[in-house]
Amino acid sequence: MSAREPENVGTLVAPGSEVLGPGHSYGSVTDKISAIVLTRGTGKKYKVGFGIAVLLLLMLNFGITVLLAEGVGIWGINIPVGWGFAITNFVWWIGIGHAGTLISAFLLLMRQKWRTSINRFAEAMTLFAVACAGTFPLLHMGRPWLFYYLLPYPDTMGVWPQFRSPLVWDVFAVSTYATVSLLFWYVGLIPDLATLRDRANKKVKKIIYGVFALGWRGSARHWKRYEMAGLLLAGLATPLVVSVHTVVSFDFTVAIVPGWHSTIFPPYFVAGAIYSGFAMVIALAVPLRKYYGLEDFLTIRHLDNMGKIMLATGMVVAYSYVMETFMAFYSGNKFDIFMIMDRMTGPYALVYWSLIAVNLVIPQLLWSSRIRRNALYLWLLSFSVQAGMWLERYMIIVSSLSRDFIPSSWGMYYPTRWDWMIFIGTIGLFFTLFYLFVRFLPMISIFEMRELVHKTAEEAKS
Amino acid sequence: MNQRQPIYGLMAEFLSAEELLEATTRAAEAGYRELDAYSPFPVEGLAEAVGFPRTRLPVIVFFGGLLGTCTGFFLQWWPNVIGYPQNIGGKPWDSWPAFIPITFELTILFAALSATFGMIVLNRLPSPYHPVFNVERFAHASKDRFFLLIKADDPKFDAEQTRNFLAELNPREVSEVES
Repeated sequence: MSAREPENVGTLVAPGSEVLGPGHSYGSVTDKISAIVLTRGTGKKYKVGFGIAVLLLLMLNFGITVLLAEGVGIWGINIPVGWGFAITNFVWWIGIGHAGTLISAFLLLMRQKWRTSINRFAEAMTLFAVACAGTFPLLHMGRPWLFYYLLPYPDTMGVWPQFRSPLVWDVFAVSTYATVSLLFWYVGLIPDLATLRDRANKKVKKIIYGVFALGWRGSARHWKRYEMAGLLLAGLATPLVVSVHTVVSFDFTVAIVPGWHSTIFPPYFVAGAIYSGFAMVIALAVPLRKYYGLEDFLTIRHLDNMGKIMLATGMVVAYSYVMETFMAFYSGNKFDIFMIMDRMTGPYALVYWSLIAVNLVIPQLLWSSRIRRNALYLWLLSFSVQAGMWLERYMIIVSSLSRDFIPSSWGMYYPTRWDWMIFIGTIGLFFTLFYLFVRFLPMISIFEMRELVHKTAEEAKS
Repeated sequence: MNQRQPIYGLMAEFLSAEELLEATTRAAEAGYRELDAYSPFPVEGLAEAVGFPRTRLPVIVFFGGLLGTCTGFFLQWWPNVIGYPQNIGGKPWDSWPAFIPITFELTILFAALSATFGMIVLNRLPSPYHPVFNVERFAHASKDRFFLLIKADDPKFDAEQTRNFLAELNPREVSEVES
């Protein structure tokens, strides 16, 4: 054809909406997101941030090496406080992961348009958080190379895992969660990998993206099955995410330790998980938005909505704190009453009151739409929530274990530098993985953004 | 011109999802059966227009999930009741409520694996080579263009007539797909 029109004549341009900046077309969203991976390269700020993350990761490797050589005795754990940092960090990380699944699965089922631009990196966050979470129970075993004892396999001893124990349920819940999150994430990536394959300017990139794109060509039949698979995965992942943190809470509630043995734990833990997870999504979204100039895709409306979800789940958590205290007195059980009084006034009172301050009082600022719609304030607030949720798990584990039924068996827990090193090291692991993700994969789902452009334009017409 | 390779089909390029959907519907009405349509994002109604109203995937996922349920339950029931029964806290050997969490997790796991691999296998992926990739403009199918393909093995296919028919649908371009 000789008389070809200019490239862009007649293409659809969306007028913009609350969740999408104005003037975007299929081509512009594709170019903008794929350029971050294909042509932008790494700037100075990226290199500095990545460098810090890798240093922390090296610290983690060092900590783990010494831990494996010396044994868990280098940690502060003891009897009675056998769980300490390891399990606190495990619950904290896995909780952070839950927001990613919830955004990609639950909000998909609810047909929430604002999930489109945050689901991809939130799912990546889930995967990396689960990787960090999984580290801790493995290390906490003391002899991680025997981890396969937890799996049911017909061994020569004829013994099986204790299937009535929540700790074995946890093995299944967390490994299923990690697998399903990976599948969901990868399935979501396939069409975008095809886009990158077709856009890539170097042969090596073309081949690598091409291999992982599986030869995706966007056929109508393929899309039909693809959408069905996405919907089914979302329907499966939504109850899964609730079950995972419920099982994690069973690790506590099935025990008879005062402060653990309570039926409020499953919903309380699930709400807390979503609370801290959304805080992490905000903590990641705000810098990404600013650094990569994604204000058109990650609008103020997105931040506002995430702030609202944080507020709602935070209120559930606050309600649980109140009920926990109330039920202790209402039950008349002297161990429960002692436990609550001890949390408020005992050796860990500072932890309790800091928790109340950063997890319950400060987040009340989210009632103000001015705070929710200000990226910087919201970003700072997200750290308050994350610190709060970490303190919550620390308080539940340490204060309950340190003083149970018999005063003669009481004992204090003090984290050592190895505890801190490995905890902070996993933050390095998380960010190293996240930096690599942002560099090599599209952090926003490109095909879903094209779909959003289409829908936005259609809605504007009608 | 008479020594040409047999072609895979003819492909028309469109600018919008609506144009493609309309063109596909018209091609189906004109009697073409071996159709496929390509779009950069899922377009509602397009699969129906190319004659693919339903997918078997949900059935596969259901049976995958069911297999997971059975596996999960018997995985726990067998060791506790037959293989190595142990008295733990005086609980009955078949204390089935304690087996529910793992049964649930494995249901989800098997169903999710069925959904993912079912989708990939039914779509005949991975397929690193496909004739449509021979069309240079097809790289835009993953960005901003929409394509309708009429395959050469369609009983109604005729290189001349089909090309004229596609040209009537007001496409940007009609190209031959080498096989």
